[in-house]
Amino acid sequence: MTILDAVKSIETALPDAFERAYEFRGDITVVVNPAHIVEVCRYCRDTDGLHFDMCSGVTAIDYYPDEPRFALVYHLYSMRHNMSLELKVYLAGDEPVVDSVTGVYPSANWFEREAYDMFGIHFNNHPDLRRILMPDDWEGHPLRKDYPLGYETVQFSFNFDEVNKHKPYAKE
Amino acid sequence: MTRLEDSQWQGDLEQIKGLVTERALRGETMVLNMGPQHPSTHGVLRLLLELDGEEIVSCAPDIGYLHTGIEKNMEAKRYEQAITMTDRTDYLNNMGNNLVFCLAMEKLFDLDVPPRAQYLRVLLAELQRINSHLVWLGTHALDLGALSMMLYCFRERERILDIFEMLSGQRMMTTYIRPGGVWRDTVPEFEPAVRDFLSYFPARIDEYERILTENPLWRDRTQGIGFISAEDAIRYGCSGPTLRGSGVNWDIRKAIPYSSYEDFEFDVPLGQHGDVYDRYMVRIEEMRQSVRIIQQAIDRLPDGPFRSNNRKYVPPPRSELGHSMEAVIHHFKLWTEGFRPPKGEVYVRVESPRGELGCYLVSDGGPRPWRVHFRTPSFMHLSVLPHLTKGHLIADVVGIIGSIDIVLGDCDR
Repeated sequence: MTILDAVKSIETALPDAFERAYEFRGDITVVVNPAHIVEVCRYCRDTDGLHFDMCSGVTAIDYYPDEPRFALVYHLYSMRHNMSLELKVYLAGDEPVVDSVTGVYPSANWFEREAYDMFGIHFNNHPDLRRILMPDDWEGHPLRKDYPLGYETVQFSFNFDEVNKHKPYAKE
Repeated sequence: MTRLEDSQWQGDLEQIKGLVTERALRGETMVLNMGPQHPSTHGVLRLLLELDGEEIVSCAPDIGYLHTGIEKNMEAKRYEQAITMTDRTDYLNNMGNNLVFCLAMEKLFDLDVPPRAQYLRVLLAELQRINSHLVWLGTHALDLGALSMMLYCFRERERILDIFEMLSGQRMMTTYIRPGGVWRDTVPEFEPAVRDFLSYFPARIDEYERILTENPLWRDRTQGIGFISAEDAIRYGCSGPTLRGSGVNWDIRKAIPYSSYEDFEFDVPLGQHGDVYDRYMVRIEEMRQSVRIIQQAIDRLPDGPFRSNNRKYVPPPRSELGHSMEAVIHHFKLWTEGFRPPKGEVYVRVESPRGELGCYLVSDGGPRPWRVHFRTPSFMHLSVLPHLTKGHLIADVVGIIGSIDIVLGDCDR
């Protein structure tokens, strides 16, 4: 079964989950309704002819200031048929919530933790949702576009007082 | 001050509730911190081990000590500047990291790569694989007690680093592989150096095998531990030697060939038992196969340009700037603004010495990448560590960590 047949079968079997599919430079991406992501993943893994048994990873993207703001991309790979597929879900708002696919693909566990840590995307039914790369008590989600890069501003004479206010040394 | 016998715990229990089993909270088992600073964890890795005597009941890895925000930093740099940051993710696979990012860029821009550059990339990626496996072998054997192996392996590595320095001026963080090809052409000393390396290295691999493979001490410490079945390995997203040690025949260089790997003849070693010993054998054999690929690459290295001619993405050589106006304009555009690729997303995977290294690149049409995500094999394999170490002794944990070959820069980025 080719990748296009696989996409067609997802479309016919789960019509309310499938939104659209597009191809770019030979890679096929299927945009899925976020409420049905677990269903689609289960279908991809268990159906004959698809057998997407490996989830290579989950990537989160922040499209600030466009809406829907966040997107999650699941990279699936089928060992048997040597096919790659990407499932994309768009999540709106500043506190996105989506179901976790760790029940279908245990390999997504740490990637979802990373998406939570870096972007603040909350996953329902995740076995262990806590920060993974940042310290446990960190506030904020670093890879969001409105989070600063964090370097020190150069202190010239025109912005001397402003930078001085934020400098962490003992002030009177 | 409460005495040790009076209170089982001297800290806040809440933090640890999700990480260890009920027995630890009751005080039946001991929780030991194999802290971020430890000679055998191959980097800054913290493991929370729950021990019943010396046997591991559960193991919770805590990573993030080497997180330097490379992905966020790359969003603030132009594409050519961002390549320099990729060297620093997996610091034992510099060429491979450059390669995956450049392949992603070339796929996005639809940029051609001349055959000479493709063969050079293959040659350097395989040299990097040998380099990484030598460090793996040295440190793995060192952890398990074969102290001299480390010095032997690092001695071989010096020759490879000399070759890298010859080409790019740098031993490790080379940034030699650029979009469209490689940075500059090879120097005349390159070919004799590679041939000289290939002439003595296979005998050295045999020598190292003689020390370890049939050694009853080595076998005792590595056979039968750290077992993972083929189905579990696929489910947990393992790749590379960790997956092939369990018998799954999947090598990205064969399955999804990139950079003209389909022109080369090599075998993919597989293990049978899925334990530490089999992963060791797979990597040793991979070093031999890499030597084979390098031999073919250096014999058949085609002549021709070393980088693409597409001036929209590749800067012109400086000699042209003296007499060509277009060259000056292209140079100016590339150096001030950078190139503007088409909008889109691509995902590219390569076979790093650790496993599947993937790069997901999202471009918004501007000169800086919108999002770069590296799917790193060490991150994946570390998440399988609790599964691998259950029921083993602490001494085995050290061997298992060595066998999955993690590099914390790769894991944390």
